[in-house]
Amino acid sequence: MSVRKKRAPLYFVIPAVIIAAGVLLPLVYLVLRASEADWETSSALIFRERNLILFWNTVKLTVGVLLTTTLIAGPLAWLTVRTDAPHKKWLTLISVMPLAIPGYILAYALLGMGGINGTFYHWFGWEIPRLTGYWGSLISISLYTYPYMYLNLRSGLLGLDPAVEEAARSLGNSSARVYSRIVLPQLRPAFLAGFLIIGLYVLGDFGAVSLMRFETFSYALFLQYSASYDRIYAAWLALMLLGLTATILIVEYRLLRNMLFHRVGTGTARKIRLTRMGKLKYPAYAGLSLLITFAIIIPVATIFFWATRSATGVNWSELFSTLFMSVSASAPAAALTAMMAVPMAYISIRFPSRTSRGLERIAYFGYATPPLALALAFVFFSLNSAPWLYQTVTLLVVAYSLHFLAEAMGPVRSALYQAPPRLEEAARSLGLPPFRAFMKSTFPLLRNGIVAGASLVFLSCMKELPITILLSPIGFETLALNVWSYSNEAMFANAAPFALSILLFSSVFVGILFSREWTKS
Amino acid sequence: MSSLLRVNGLTKRFEVNSPDVVCDVAFSVEPNEIFAILGPSGCGKTTTLRIMAGFEQADKGSVELRSRVIECQHFHIAPEKRGIGFVFQEYALFPHLNVEENVGFGLTGLDRKQKRERIDEMLRLTGLVEFRTRKPHELSGGQQQRVALARALAPMPDVIFLDEPFSNLDAVMRQSTRNEIRAILKKAGTSAVLVTHDQEEALSFADRIAVMNNGRIEQIGTPEEVYYSPRTEFVALFLGRTNVLRAKAHGMEALTDMGELMIDRPSKGDIKLSIRPEHLTLERVTEKNCNGLCGTILAKEFKGHDITYRIQLRNGECLVHTDNRMSFGAGDRVVVKPLEPAVVLEF
Repeated sequence: MSVRKKRAPLYFVIPAVIIAAGVLLPLVYLVLRASEADWETSSALIFRERNLILFWNTVKLTVGVLLTTTLIAGPLAWLTVRTDAPHKKWLTLISVMPLAIPGYILAYALLGMGGINGTFYHWFGWEIPRLTGYWGSLISISLYTYPYMYLNLRSGLLGLDPAVEEAARSLGNSSARVYSRIVLPQLRPAFLAGFLIIGLYVLGDFGAVSLMRFETFSYALFLQYSASYDRIYAAWLALMLLGLTATILIVEYRLLRNMLFHRVGTGTARKIRLTRMGKLKYPAYAGLSLLITFAIIIPVATIFFWATRSATGVNWSELFSTLFMSVSASAPAAALTAMMAVPMAYISIRFPSRTSRGLERIAYFGYATPPLALALAFVFFSLNSAPWLYQTVTLLVVAYSLHFLAEAMGPVRSALYQAPPRLEEAARSLGLPPFRAFMKSTFPLLRNGIVAGASLVFLSCMKELPITILLSPIGFETLALNVWSYSNEAMFANAAPFALSILLFSSVFVGILFSREWTKS
Repeated sequence: MSSLLRVNGLTKRFEVNSPDVVCDVAFSVEPNEIFAILGPSGCGKTTTLRIMAGFEQADKGSVELRSRVIECQHFHIAPEKRGIGFVFQEYALFPHLNVEENVGFGLTGLDRKQKRERIDEMLRLTGLVEFRTRKPHELSGGQQQRVALARALAPMPDVIFLDEPFSNLDAVMRQSTRNEIRAILKKAGTSAVLVTHDQEEALSFADRIAVMNNGRIEQIGTPEEVYYSPRTEFVALFLGRTNVLRAKAHGMEALTDMGELMIDRPSKGDIKLSIRPEHLTLERVTEKNCNGLCGTILAKEFKGHDITYRIQLRNGECLVHTDNRMSFGAGDRVVVKPLEPAVVLEF
């Protein structure tokens, strides 16, 4: 007997398939471009010794950042969840604030601090060496990304069932042993989630490593692309970067799959017993203050310092026209992304199947793809198949949207979970055809989620750098682009107004993220 | 036949390798009739209702509304084109619309004035006039229930489907809302199909009941028929307390633990009987009435206007419902006497 099943409506399936194709198709062009060369040339490109150095640099930086962020985020999460330290809500807010300073802005600030012209020489008369290379990249990326690890560990800790720990204590384990045998193993999914986000970020980061002149795959890819006409090596570098990304994704997937048993149900009404801090809270506060001094106060002060150092004063007309261009690409991208998130989220929640899960994974893959590789793929795609798109804002907007789709999916998905499917059935029983039933019953309830998703994407686009560098039309200057190009030329004073504008937008971003996180717990 | 709604051989499963959720279900609903599908959770009653409404598709069988096929194996009319109303278990009121807008949601093809009049009429019928501008979350459960009904009734559907409509109300509200809604439906002259797992609700709300178990209908009849003459052991047990007895039949009588009982139809050999506790009564043992078949009172449940006794018989127990003038204590020896013939159950 045949079984008749409900199918997802075509007006949602078709956009979802187009979106997935939009992510995958350019990547195909990457492969095509890379395989244009004959095998001899290709193998010469693949087995260059330089690749090994790039690989080693990339891995070294990734591991270093993961280690540093864990060392910062672990104690912070413990302090703000498991202890009786006062004002934990404020401590939490302070802990996530560095997210507001993108890695390349932090790199710019670090560069502006040292040297004979640096802020430190000006303020204190100290000439500290300019941080560059590995350590400069490590510090600027770690200070920017550790909040992602912190947020994951924090919700991991909040989700633990205290009864399990009490059981372990009752079985004769000391409190240190309870941490190593019970708490940490249960936090493994949270660690993995944090590693994943940060690892992917490091692979994709271009701004910080380029300003710090540290050659990873991303930076080398950019140098190769911008400095020479041999784009085949650039394509190969992008593919290697994608390979590294895919490896991380697969490892993460494997590890998490075996770990689902470890997770405990949330929603325990019991309170966790808090560790008494006593006098220990002073060193804890001192540590946090030190962190904030380096992650926020010094960078922000440095940028302000440089803003006042400009010989000609702030060029307001340049600032406004740049701001306008940034908005003119980011706003349409936010709207487009929100529109794309609705069908994707809808079919994955209402019609869970192999296909809809696959489509959704592709959307997330667009987010995981290192932005430079994605942008390069779009360059090849447009040059090859749609030359009228090359060097247009439209292409930039589409690339933004496909890259940031995952950011909009989160809020839209959770809004959709709040809207029961029965509402649409009710609308249909009252005579409305499927699409109108959706628009009149479910869509109004998605509004908040759509607005939140669109805002996140808008703010992300405002500070986006690598995709913008490769895809923005000539003369199209965004805030991020100007910060980068001025600081790349060590023109710190000129970069400052743009950097401050970005700080403004990314503070709003962190505010939204934080308030969502806060209502969640 | 002038049935309003006819269901024939309806069959549905959700996965290829899983058992049928709905299996060969057939019944019909007459104009102005309130019909209930009663069964335990998971018996397929809601799926049956959702197929009739068009939210699910049937694998086999057909649904006809006013002699027009609206669902069969190769044919599916979309829910919005069926002319039905649906009241959901959790009401599914549109949270962003107020009472008026909810009630007017399905009114299309009317001009503003007609729409207004129809909404007013519905609000009056359901007693919601003073709540017209409230949002669903500002209403009590019973009021939400009535909005859901008004919304479903407004477009004047041929039939209205109610999926466990009273299960979200507390016990006190349930009784009164049930009476109100029955009155509203009867006043509006709309046929209705109700799905419920509450036998009391089905018995008091419906004109006819289909009792469903494991995807199949076991019996269809008026509340009195299914209660007093259950066809199967499942129906007998599901509709209330009963005594199921093994017996040896010979003609219109059967020999049981309680002695010879009259039965409702001629049978022969080993059978199963059902007799409701209120169709039994007790007598104190005397030398004359005993015949060696007396029992002992195990427990007594005093409920005010009546009493339920649990009696130990020779090979089992039985329940007897008496009025409160019969007072026995635990340990008393009694004789159980039938007041009505026992019902022969199908195996």
